[in-house]
Amino acid sequence: MSAPATAVRDRPDAGREPGIGSRLGWGVSDTVVLTRRNLVKYVRIPESLFFSSVQPVMFVLLFRYVFGGAIRTPGVSYVNYLIPGIFVQTMAFGAVNTSIGLAEDLQKGIIERFRALPMARSSVLTARTLADLLRNVVVAVLIAAVGFAVGFRIETNVLAFLAGVGLILVFAYALSWGFAVIGLFAPNSETAQVMSFPVLFPLTFASSAFVPVQSMPSWLRGFASHQPVSVVVDAARALMVGGPTTSLVWQSVAWSVGIVLVLAPLAVHRYRTST
Amino acid sequence: MTYAIEANELAKRFKGGVVALDGVSFAVEPGTVFGLLGPNGAGKTTVVRILTTILAADTGWAKVLGHDVGREPDLVRRLFGLAGQYAAVDENLTGRENLVMVGRLNHLTRREAAVRAAELLEEFELVEAADRTLKTYSGGMRRRIDLAAALVTRPGVLFLDEPTTGLDPQSRAGLWAVIESLVGSGTTVLLTTQYLEEADRLASRVAVVDHGRVISQGTPAELKAALGATVLAVGLHDAATAEQAERALAPLSDKSPHLSGTSVELPVDGGPKVAMEALRVLDQLGIEPVTFVLREPSLDDVFLALTGRSAEAGSDPQGRDLVTEPRAASGGEARR
Repeated sequence: MSAPATAVRDRPDAGREPGIGSRLGWGVSDTVVLTRRNLVKYVRIPESLFFSSVQPVMFVLLFRYVFGGAIRTPGVSYVNYLIPGIFVQTMAFGAVNTSIGLAEDLQKGIIERFRALPMARSSVLTARTLADLLRNVVVAVLIAAVGFAVGFRIETNVLAFLAGVGLILVFAYALSWGFAVIGLFAPNSETAQVMSFPVLFPLTFASSAFVPVQSMPSWLRGFASHQPVSVVVDAARALMVGGPTTSLVWQSVAWSVGIVLVLAPLAVHRYRTST
Repeated sequence: MTYAIEANELAKRFKGGVVALDGVSFAVEPGTVFGLLGPNGAGKTTVVRILTTILAADTGWAKVLGHDVGREPDLVRRLFGLAGQYAAVDENLTGRENLVMVGRLNHLTRREAAVRAAELLEEFELVEAADRTLKTYSGGMRRRIDLAAALVTRPGVLFLDEPTTGLDPQSRAGLWAVIESLVGSGTTVLLTTQYLEEADRLASRVAVVDHGRVISQGTPAELKAALGATVLAVGLHDAATAEQAERALAPLSDKSPHLSGTSVELPVDGGPKVAMEALRVLDQLGIEPVTFVLREPSLDDVFLALTGRSAEAGSDPQGRDLVTEPRAASGGEARR
């Protein structure tokens, strides 16, 4: 008796190994399919829409109108100081979705099912981080709209402003790989979220995002002025509202690249070995 | 003879030294249903995870349609479908979107994936629900769409990990019918189950798994023959009477009775005839049973016969804990 004929029917690729070319093509195709799947969730779940849109708007309003009056920002209006910071804070928060999404997929067993499909191994992580990058692009548009509505004005030029937004998106993408590591270690999505915030809070709030670091006590100032979020905020702020940019831009690119170089292999390793 | 599925001395130990599999071997003939029967934590799911390339065995080897799962995982993944207890489909997508996604991830073209999805929705009577998100689906519908997803590529081999656990009887019967028709069209099925009834109904051969080992293997008829066709279960007023009844009933069967608390269970061959004798014997002793039932043997009975302990119990007489399934151990609520 031999294997049943049904084994290979309707499977043009079954029974032979694909070449390098089609492997690459499939890797791209798998990533596109999964990215779309990840994005659908953001559109269809009201809670995620809320966190994506309402929360950053509240932060803008809170700092612009409630706290803003008490914060001194020499040489720049507070709204112009704030909006670049809000961009970074919101997109860093957005990167947490990577950890939540991965933990949820692991928890529900859908990643287990993906592992049994003849798809590219890498596509689960690339699609997840890519989806969160695209989601952040939408959020960026929203923050820009709200920012302009509450009085933010570009003091440089539109290209520099866009470069600033791009710099922040690249940084948030890098953070996604870090949060991917957390998501792959967390037993479920709630824990992933809880595990992410102790990393996120000091990074976003002990930074130059909302207040000048000079106003902080000296023990905190050292951390606050050199940690990556401040570097990216300062770079984006310089690009959007003026100031020396070159060194800051290179520093923030270096941070983003460095984070990916260290944490992406860690995430991939964890993904491969966790079963 | 080329087997559709072969497992040879599969062993797997998890972190912390937990032995999940301790040398599991079996072979499945093409076009048949093979049942892995055992309690929670016996190692059934670990076997399926190894056969579907999700997990690597520490030692031993396995083949699907003649291809080694460890050496040619990419190729093997194109040969089988997998569906399970935890309907691993995306609840934010519609039924149709789920099927198309799985088709695309199997590298069907967009068109092929759409056509196949429509066919499957029709076959599984999900046309009306096709464009609703899975959140609105019932448990039975989710299992159906999960099974449909496993069939997108018309695989020659289908792995079903506890396909009906947690389903209501009607949904269960529906799934059984689907599985039977698949086998009728030549698919080879390996299914794991905790239900003897399910293995009996669907499988042509069954391996009983316990503590990561195959403790018995054969046709369902052979398994039951080793056990007795039916089980006579008698409930008594108190434990002392139960012991008395156990002694009195023991000679009625060549299998040994099992006493637990106030009830006695006896695997018997000639059901009604033995029942009449049993009532007579009890009456002579002046024992009046509280309950008196002749029933089909369950997995529990098979376990009692094979291991001397209940399948439901958490540990065996030596006090060893049952091996927990890997995901449950590491993932907490993950797959419960």
